[in-house]
Amino acid sequence: MASRDIVLHPPELKHHFDDIAQQKEASTLGMWAFLATEILFFGGMFCAYTIYRSAFHDAFESTSRFMNVTIGAINTAVLICSSLTMALAVRAAQLGQKKVLIWLLIGTLLLGCVFLGLKGVEYHEKWVDHHIPGPSFHYADARYAQQAQILFYLYFAMTGLHAMHMIVGAGLLTTLIVMAARNRFNASWYTPVDMIGLYWHFVDIVWIFLFPLLYLIGHTK
Amino acid sequence: MSHPVVPIKVYVSVFLALIALTGTTVAVSKIELGEFNFVVAMTIAVIKAMLVVWFFMHVKQSSSMTRLFVVAGLFWTAILFLFTLSDYFSRNWIPLARWW
Repeated sequence: MASRDIVLHPPELKHHFDDIAQQKEASTLGMWAFLATEILFFGGMFCAYTIYRSAFHDAFESTSRFMNVTIGAINTAVLICSSLTMALAVRAAQLGQKKVLIWLLIGTLLLGCVFLGLKGVEYHEKWVDHHIPGPSFHYADARYAQQAQILFYLYFAMTGLHAMHMIVGAGLLTTLIVMAARNRFNASWYTPVDMIGLYWHFVDIVWIFLFPLLYLIGHTK
Repeated sequence: MSHPVVPIKVYVSVFLALIALTGTTVAVSKIELGEFNFVVAMTIAVIKAMLVVWFFMHVKQSSSMTRLFVVAGLFWTAILFLFTLSDYFSRNWIPLARWW
């Protein structure tokens, strides 16, 4: 084989792409297509929330009293911090700073675990207060007992689905840390860090909407 | 598309804005504004989401094709909401005898 037939390309560049930029663009597009389905996935739940909130307005507002706003607010701040460390991790990957990247990913993972831990504390509170929908559900305001139960259904469905995404995200971050430690990334190829960053920020955005809708509506009542 | 490296200052500014907006939304929720409580809370949430998408998710530096995908996701969510809510909210507009 003549040497002109051999096309040399960096190992991280797949054959079927012209260059690294095109490959990165394809990954980014694919990730956003996935995120569009995720927006619709959560969108269905937000839509259900909208319908029931407009139908049982007063009952829904009465539940805010039983939400732990302090933990909710702390968790919001924790997730925003984790989004910052994730964004900085992508930046470190861009610059090829391996150690900084690993530490920022570990920081993001730990903040994610703090969020899940606090969520667990909240779920336990709901258990103790009999606010878990089902036969043992008990609500202080007898007028709204049935309707408030719908809110708590939505609360567990929405925060539960969100928490599941956080657990998946924690797994993905662990994979990234291992990959980074094994020198799988360099300044010209760090696509997984970038893509999982997009996922992590998306999960943060879901919480940005869940927090006011579940914790703050009807707070003054 | 490999985007240029963004200065740390930008990320930290966005972070501080997000924290400040979280504080604002909690503070405003304690003031009685009637239905405006909901409007304010949602406006702040949308601003926060836009900050995250624009800066943290690098849509600011992304190609128009990527932006089209972002808008497509929101567009289909809008269809989901519009069609479902127009059904639920208009059910009692025409006074028909309940058939069940």
